Amino acid sequence: MTVESATRLRRVKLNLQAVLGRAYPRVVGANREPSWIFFEAVLPLLGIAAYVFIYQALGNRSLIGVTDPAKIAEVQASVNALIGSVVLGGTMTAFWLNVLWSMASQLYWEKEIGNLQLYMMAPMSRMALLGGMALGGMFMTSVRAVTTLVVGVVVFSVVLQLTNAWLLIAVFFVTLIALYGMGMMLASLYLLWGREAFNLSALLEEPIYFMSGFQFPAGGFATMGGWGRAVLTAATFVPATLGLDAMRQIIFPGAWGGRLWILSPELELAIVVVLAVVFLVLARYTLAYLEKLARQEGRLTSRHQ
Amino acid sequence: MREHWRTFKIAAWLGWEMDSNWTEPALFILYSVIKPVASAFILVLMYFILFAATGRPQDPAMFAYIYVGNAFFIFVGGTLFGTFQVIQSDREWYQTIRQVYTSPISFYTYIVGRAASKVIVAGLAVVITLVFGVAAFGLQLSVSPWNLPMFVLVLFLGLVCLISIGLCLAGISFMTARHTHGLAEGIPGLFYVFCGVLYPLTALPAWVQGVGTAIPLTYWFQLTRALILPESTMQSIDTGLGSDSLGILAILVVSSLAFFLLSIGIFKLGEHLARKAGKIDMLTSY
Repeated sequence: MTVESATRLRRVKLNLQAVLGRAYPRVVGANREPSWIFFEAVLPLLGIAAYVFIYQALGNRSLIGVTDPAKIAEVQASVNALIGSVVLGGTMTAFWLNVLWSMASQLYWEKEIGNLQLYMMAPMSRMALLGGMALGGMFMTSVRAVTTLVVGVVVFSVVLQLTNAWLLIAVFFVTLIALYGMGMMLASLYLLWGREAFNLSALLEEPIYFMSGFQFPAGGFATMGGWGRAVLTAATFVPATLGLDAMRQIIFPGAWGGRLWILSPELELAIVVVLAVVFLVLARYTLAYLEKLARQEGRLTSRHQ
Repeated sequence: MREHWRTFKIAAWLGWEMDSNWTEPALFILYSVIKPVASAFILVLMYFILFAATGRPQDPAMFAYIYVGNAFFIFVGGTLFGTFQVIQSDREWYQTIRQVYTSPISFYTYIVGRAASKVIVAGLAVVITLVFGVAAFGLQLSVSPWNLPMFVLVLFLGLVCLISIGLCLAGISFMTARHTHGLAEGIPGLFYVFCGVLYPLTALPAWVQGVGTAIPLTYWFQLTRALILPESTMQSIDTGLGSDSLGILAILVVSSLAFFLLSIGIFKLGEHLARKAGKIDMLTSY
């Protein structure tokens, strides 16, 4: 083995250790606080429940005066599919919140509490650090999201009709990679910013829920005329939009006569794969560039700016 | 009393500076209203998509009910978050809780003061959301000048109630890890479900309706809607709370007072337990 390849091997090993080292506190540390079960699995279910009851209330009122059993069954099937969409969207909300608050804002948070300078002095790649955060975050959030999903499906009697399990798994993981890639890119931007970072994360909650259709099928935008189509086009740059739509199509095939879907699940998966690659590459370059800029401007470790 | 007022004023100024001085005022206002307006848009889309999916005629009365309920719900999120996040932002983010806590002021009053700026910004967002609803979606409001004093009184009682609930959560936050965002998402979700904010209580299962009627915010939303929506809209929806406004106001007064007293008790208890466990200035970063 040459000296060069031995050095490369050592660097890979070091970075893998860094990934595991940063993922560890997220997997183990967070679970040492049992209060997460209430705060992150039970409470989000209440938000989902509210949206479920809105659909039920609107659906029930829309049936006032309807006597045709076929029409009643058709309306109820549409409402049930919307309820299923809300439960799935509510589950994915956990990942979006994790991307915003535990990925994008994390380097800023580390700067505030004084850990960032320690990370910067360590000989690992910054991408390994972000990769570890993403891996730990994905695991931690998946545990919470699965809890929310299972309880949501049981409590609201959601009927799932899984048509293609492998495609569903592929869409889910690619969407997660794209989302966390986006988080890694935002994390590097936030490195340069001060409190704008916190406010931007707060700003990216409801507007993204709205654009990406966490509570309704995003394809519905296309029925809203020009502005709806414009919002939908912009929303496709957020991986959750197409990922969620593809998952809904796989789980609720034939819902609403297919009128509210955006594209086919396969095409949506392909686009999300492209988004994942683009975000990861962008994360690498923006991290290097903005770290350099932050060092030059002396903002890398300045707190409370 | 003068000490409390002084603490409130300075804490309110501090809260305003912390919330707004990171950017230009115009951008700050924009940031503050985009979230609630987007939240209203979610419901608007849900409403239109349900009727597009089912092919049934739309229901303007229900739309008005949902839209106004959601607009006033902005106060819930803003006020609650503005109150309980003080503990965690001072403790974990700015790490100034030691200095503030050991200064000769009432920490309870300090938190109320810190929440004031968020209440004001929430008020602005409510107005913008309602105006937007009227302009863009043809929302019909019916505000009589005779109802104005009653409206102000109801709004005041609602805010007292919300700040009291926020202080109860602040008391609990003394003992918990940094769950601000879990709380900010979850607790308003609790009221979203049980208080008939977006649908009448009658849409809920019977046992859940009982929970809703035990929460004062249910009456606050009912009174607020009755004061600003046309009578015909309210009459077409069975809210499950009746139409005796004075009776509902009496319930709101009594329950606001009860929640105020409860907030003092829970806040003091949380504070006591945190001091005993050495958690007043703990850091929970992972």
